[in-house]
Amino acid sequence: MKVSMKINGVDYEKDVEPRRLLVHFIREDAGLTGTNVGCDTSSCGACTILMNGESVKSCTVLAVQAEGAEILTIEGLAEPDGTMHPVQRAFQECHGLQCGYCTPGMVMAAVSLIKEESSLDEQKVRNALEGNLCRCTGYHNIVKAVLQAADEMGVKA
Amino acid sequence: MTQVVEHDGSVIGKKVLRREDPALLSGESKFVADLEATGVLHIFVLRSSMAYARIRSINIASAKEAKGVVAVYTAGDLESEWAGPMPCAWPVTADMKNPPHYPLAKDTVRYVGDAVAVVVAHSAEEAADAAALIEVDYEELQAVVDLEGALTGENIVHESLGTNVSYVWELNPNPSGLEEAFAKAKHVVSERYIQQRLIPAAMEPRGVLAVPSPMGGDYTLYSATQVPHILKVMAALTLGISETKLRVIAPSVGGGFGSKLNVYAEELICLALSRKHRLPVKWVEERSEGGQATIQGRGQVQYIELAADEEGKLLGVRVNLVADMGAYLQLVTPGVPLLGAFLYHGVYHVNNYGFKATGVFTNKTPTDAYRGAGRPEATYAIERAMDALARKVGVDPAEIRRRNLIQPEQFPYNSPAGLVFDSGDYPKNFKVALEKLGYSKLREEQTQRRSENSTKHLGIGISFFVEMCGLAPSRVLASLNYAAGGWEAATVRILPTSKIEVVTGTSPHGQGHETSWAMIVADKLGVPIDDIEVLHSDTSIAPHGMDTYGSRSLSVGGTAVHLATERVLDKARKLAAHQLEVSEEDLDYSSGVFSVKGAPEKVMPLAGVAFEAFTAHNLPDGMEPNLEASISWDPPNFTFPYGTHLAVVEVDSETGKVELVRYLSVDDCGNQINPMIVEGQLHGGIVQGIAQALYEEAVYDDSGNLLNPSLADYLVPSAAEMPSFELSQTVTPSPTNPLGVKGIGEAGTIASTPAIINAVVDALSHLGVTNIEMPASPERVWRAIQNVKG
Repeated sequence: MKVSMKINGVDYEKDVEPRRLLVHFIREDAGLTGTNVGCDTSSCGACTILMNGESVKSCTVLAVQAEGAEILTIEGLAEPDGTMHPVQRAFQECHGLQCGYCTPGMVMAAVSLIKEESSLDEQKVRNALEGNLCRCTGYHNIVKAVLQAADEMGVKA
Repeated sequence: MTQVVEHDGSVIGKKVLRREDPALLSGESKFVADLEATGVLHIFVLRSSMAYARIRSINIASAKEAKGVVAVYTAGDLESEWAGPMPCAWPVTADMKNPPHYPLAKDTVRYVGDAVAVVVAHSAEEAADAAALIEVDYEELQAVVDLEGALTGENIVHESLGTNVSYVWELNPNPSGLEEAFAKAKHVVSERYIQQRLIPAAMEPRGVLAVPSPMGGDYTLYSATQVPHILKVMAALTLGISETKLRVIAPSVGGGFGSKLNVYAEELICLALSRKHRLPVKWVEERSEGGQATIQGRGQVQYIELAADEEGKLLGVRVNLVADMGAYLQLVTPGVPLLGAFLYHGVYHVNNYGFKATGVFTNKTPTDAYRGAGRPEATYAIERAMDALARKVGVDPAEIRRRNLIQPEQFPYNSPAGLVFDSGDYPKNFKVALEKLGYSKLREEQTQRRSENSTKHLGIGISFFVEMCGLAPSRVLASLNYAAGGWEAATVRILPTSKIEVVTGTSPHGQGHETSWAMIVADKLGVPIDDIEVLHSDTSIAPHGMDTYGSRSLSVGGTAVHLATERVLDKARKLAAHQLEVSEEDLDYSSGVFSVKGAPEKVMPLAGVAFEAFTAHNLPDGMEPNLEASISWDPPNFTFPYGTHLAVVEVDSETGKVELVRYLSVDDCGNQINPMIVEGQLHGGIVQGIAQALYEEAVYDDSGNLLNPSLADYLVPSAAEMPSFELSQTVTPSPTNPLGVKGIGEAGTIASTPAIINAVVDALSHLGVTNIEMPASPERVWRAIQNVKG
């Protein structure tokens, strides 16, 4: 089946099997390997991306369901000149990543969370990130990073 | 970009942001699954659905005809590929039983997940689709599932052995003294604890890509491994490839926790098939597959006995445990209990000590090192037992510990198990932690709540751990029959442009070595940290190394970097003295510049020295060109990090739910290079230990089926279940290495599990609860309460 979508502002059109998952389209057809696969049950959130502005686990969406969609992945988050997004910056400054495998999904989930909320506190962040697993950081610094970025982006933290 | 804190001079001990992060935060970093190779073939490994069965037949005919399939192999087809069985590098006793273990099971499968066939296809999907067409006819055998049940020998995992016991390993320096201690004891505590099996669940599943060199004859093996150097040696031996023809690269690796400290069937299969097909061969593990096919951790039944005098002072500690090997011995499977064997008296002084471990085969996934490996088990047993002793003697758990702590003046402490603990001030660390928590106040609150008959029971859990890490002195490893050394290699190379290359044999997968090693070199040379590049995890670039596990990287690998830097600076000093026409003693060195004492206008920057070493136009007689030094460093002793971890929980006796209210630790890992990284290691480690206490268990049914291999069923905790942590430190430098560092990679995991369970039992102790098995799920907690209600 033919499917076309815009990923990070670039148009992609491919012929894919109907069963192809969006995450595989992103990784293999578009060659954007920053979005990681961490499980096979939609439990870990490593493949979280933004689809039409909302965070989704890209393993729960078929590529053909994303027909015409605007997708944002970790590769498209920074400014074109490489300046990091406030969430990326906060993750580095707060040591919110270690091995970095869950990080792209975690960052995209955080970007979406900050956009959706008018105020955030520690427990809200913890509850909102429940679908994104990390095995390295114990979440302590991830939560700090999200609150710092939220503060910087004008969301009361 | 790198620096967040302005500093004066030394960067050591400062928060320096990680240079690894920008690439990981932008999606630029490449993990194995991200790598492509022209003409790559994908494999799917068909795994046994039976825990124990004879293979009557395997029908691969339809699979071979399926779309995109290149070949299908079963064990017999690949026999000629193997020069030997898969390696176990730790024959703990001379008579240890280690049945041959090949990448594909022949005739008999021995655990659910055992590999029986491999499909090679043009895409991963085609390989998986075809594998579904393979028909395996099994004759089911009675699986050995229960660990202690395996000892009866009623059913045997490896029939030719005639027993399920792989080995018995004993440490009993003074048997009569130990017996006497128990005979004269006023109090004896006898406890049985279960260390459930755990799935390591690094966020990146394993992955392998084997690529024949375009020039022919050579192979590059990319693997999501913690141990590229060990893998290179072992893969060369197993496949009969000259070690010179093999290059192993660990690209970005998404966590390991011991699960990637191994030599796995899929690594060897990909390499063998790339040799056979002369094409790249790739395998990427699926998460639920990994639950079965990647090693599991823990898996012990522990019996611990404490003998104490009237006041509760320890007279003897005796341990007898059964350790679950699983179906086969993987790389260091049998050695895991030994890493705890010396530490079952914990931070407490005792004269009489005995330890015995029996390694047992079962029809389950092999176990091996998982974060802490042996030391979490030891810490759990002694810290739980100390609480039991406190109850028996009738004193507070803090008081029983105070009475028994090894005192500062006893260091270096000759332990009853034969170790020499390097340094420590345990009473101070303990006192600081209890004060920071407000321990006495919390005890008052607990009493208050109990008097009000609250159903929210407050519990305070203490865990005071010491561990041995920095693996390790090679001679000590020899005495434990470990088949490799514990040294680490480093090279420091100052290039003509004054940029510096640091080559390390450690292989980071989240620990931030690129940042910390650069800090060590920048500190020593007084040069900008951004001029330093750290190279690692590629056996062609870093030919010597013993890799990353056992909290060894900083104390062994970081020390090697430090010593190589000193050595290169010595050479630079000789060259500078020659060119400035003074003696070496007349030179000062500061901030990257040599200057002549008393004549500060006579200077030579390190950059100039490096260029002179490169041109070699004017070297002292006998000096070789280039400014480079290499070292292999073998530590004289382990290091012994320690610390107090305290948990405060609220247990709802109506529902059995445990809420972790506070978690506070005071750790002592010696000097710290980058405290930001130290804290990060602790946070993650603590959560992994909490996960064992409250959430995680690899659950097998009576037939040996793993019931929860996926992340939908296996409860890796999320942010929602965890609190923030209150961390602080004491600093007792280690005399074992010139940096005075100890290690922090496993400390949190070693310490936190007993802190949590002690807190849960403490919360319910007034009801009569004395034990709760892990994970302390609401159901288990609720049942424990009902049981004592009678």
